[in-house]
Amino acid sequence: MQLFLEQVLNGLQFGVTLLLMASGLTLVFGIMNLINLAHGSLFMVGAYVGATAVAHSGSFVLGLLCGMAAAAIAGMLMEVAIMRRLYQRDHLDQVLATFGLILFFNELARMVWGRQPIGMSTPSWLSGSVEVIPGIPYPEFRLAIILVGLLVIGLLYVLIMRTRLGMWIRAGASDRETIGALGVNIRLLYTLVFGLGACLAGLAGVMAAPFLSVESGMGENILILTFVVIVIGGIGSIKGAIAGALLIGVADTLGRVYLPTVAGLWLDPSAASNLGAALASMLIYLLMAAVLAVRPQGLFGRNHG
Amino acid sequence: MANLRRSTLAAGALLIVLALIPPIAVLFDNPFLITMVNRALIFALAAVALDFIMGYGRMVSFGHAAFFGLGAYTVGILSTHAAQDLPLLFGWAGTNEALLSWLLAMLVSGLYALIVGVISLRTSGVYFIMITLAFAQLVFFGFISLSQYGGQDGLALWGRNTLGGFALDDQVGFYYLCFGLLLAALYLLYRIVNSRFGRVIQGSRQNELRMRALGFDPFRYRLIAFVISGALTGLAGALLANNNEFVDPSLVSWMQSGNFLVIVLLGGISSLVGPIYGALALLLMEEVLISITEHWQIILGPLLVLVVLFFQGGIYGALRGRPS
Repeated sequence: MQLFLEQVLNGLQFGVTLLLMASGLTLVFGIMNLINLAHGSLFMVGAYVGATAVAHSGSFVLGLLCGMAAAAIAGMLMEVAIMRRLYQRDHLDQVLATFGLILFFNELARMVWGRQPIGMSTPSWLSGSVEVIPGIPYPEFRLAIILVGLLVIGLLYVLIMRTRLGMWIRAGASDRETIGALGVNIRLLYTLVFGLGACLAGLAGVMAAPFLSVESGMGENILILTFVVIVIGGIGSIKGAIAGALLIGVADTLGRVYLPTVAGLWLDPSAASNLGAALASMLIYLLMAAVLAVRPQGLFGRNHG
Repeated sequence: MANLRRSTLAAGALLIVLALIPPIAVLFDNPFLITMVNRALIFALAAVALDFIMGYGRMVSFGHAAFFGLGAYTVGILSTHAAQDLPLLFGWAGTNEALLSWLLAMLVSGLYALIVGVISLRTSGVYFIMITLAFAQLVFFGFISLSQYGGQDGLALWGRNTLGGFALDDQVGFYYLCFGLLLAALYLLYRIVNSRFGRVIQGSRQNELRMRALGFDPFRYRLIAFVISGALTGLAGALLANNNEFVDPSLVSWMQSGNFLVIVLLGGISSLVGPIYGALALLLMEEVLISITEHWQIILGPLLVLVVLFFQGGIYGALRGRPS
């Protein structure tokens, strides 16, 4: 039982990472109607820059800031140079251009940081553990990630729904021409929104770095999972992104822990761990297929064409 | 009309050059040329199948590598069992006969396309892109877990298939077989696109509501087209398994699916013949860039971005003389 609750919390932690990714991706898709495969590359940029900054300075907070800033800058450069030419284009064109960007970023990472994965240590001042529920100690660092993630999502909600900037963003999503005619600099606004999404991806990257191997191509694994989250939750729905991210985070984590054990009931240990690991990798895709078979528009999505 | 003639002439010239590749390679004593173009032909077959649904039905599949890999693995598994005389199903020990093995490869890929299609074709646009990608990942992780067939490391074949008892080891013979199958697929898809069936598909792309009002059910037509495309991509996978005498999960990676999209767009979407240009161009670009630097992808990536931004219509469009 203790292990189970601990794994649920680990699942939540992974879910928060996915949620940060998904909210950036949905934000950009919902407002600019752009599908950005290179969102995973921004995650990778955050992780690499964050890990390097931590290695040099020893300060996790500084690593966090550097990772977020690097991802945001990379994102805004990307938007100004390429993305803004793609808003009016077909989704296929967007997929291909951002596919090209992935190749670029992955190779760049290999050139700068080499082919070997690099690691990142957790900060010493968060290395203890606390009892979340009496009797169940949980690492402070992981708990901090969950809290920071939820806090950031909360702030994002306030920003979009309760501020003037958020109002412009929402207005820009529904009618680009009118808001432009009202004197809002829509080009700058889009660049900022893109940078905001990139910043969230960078944050997710730094916070996930201690648990992943930071290596070229790491962004795509998380990107594809983020797609699954968005598809399950329903595109453009924040509620859906939250539900999808937590569902996938918990299901994936629990699957990885328990499916090998379950498979071990029938098979010998090595075959069981093999099959269990495979089933765990496939679990979330099967989950997605099941959700879609019942609700093609996702859990919280509206009907679409 | 003049424009149309230009693209037809170019396509004719392309096919003649492709037919002449083996003698040219012999003349210049460069057998590597045959191997390289052969690879391009196989990728072209998969990309032509993808263009059929993407260019004419606006079904942007980001998961065609799944069908490619399923076809390749079907051939690989069947021939491994045949070589070792190991029972596979109901005591049947697989086969090394191409006629049976490739047909089964198409059947397996087609069946998976049916399953994927039934679920994903209820959606469209970005959903469709993401869902097809996710279904390909499912297959990818499935193959990684097949430890009895090499898992992550892949599976080396014991040799190429035999066709009607004849070995396919001769590279020139195999080249013409692949070329012939590509031409056959091209002809088949050309006929389908210009048939009543094809017009329903294209009509649904332009105005689904109108097709419904006319009494057609676009879903069924799209599903059939998707299955045809999946089965042909499976055939391409079967050919690649023979070409490489090796299969591994990277055939199903999302990068592979992306490559197919690149080939279609680079060559020219909605043209069927375009992807052949695209496959040749991409392979040529890779060869040239690899010879320049080991970090060739840092050049290829931005090059793709430029193609998307400034080279709409692809090579086919350029040959045709005006952007399509």
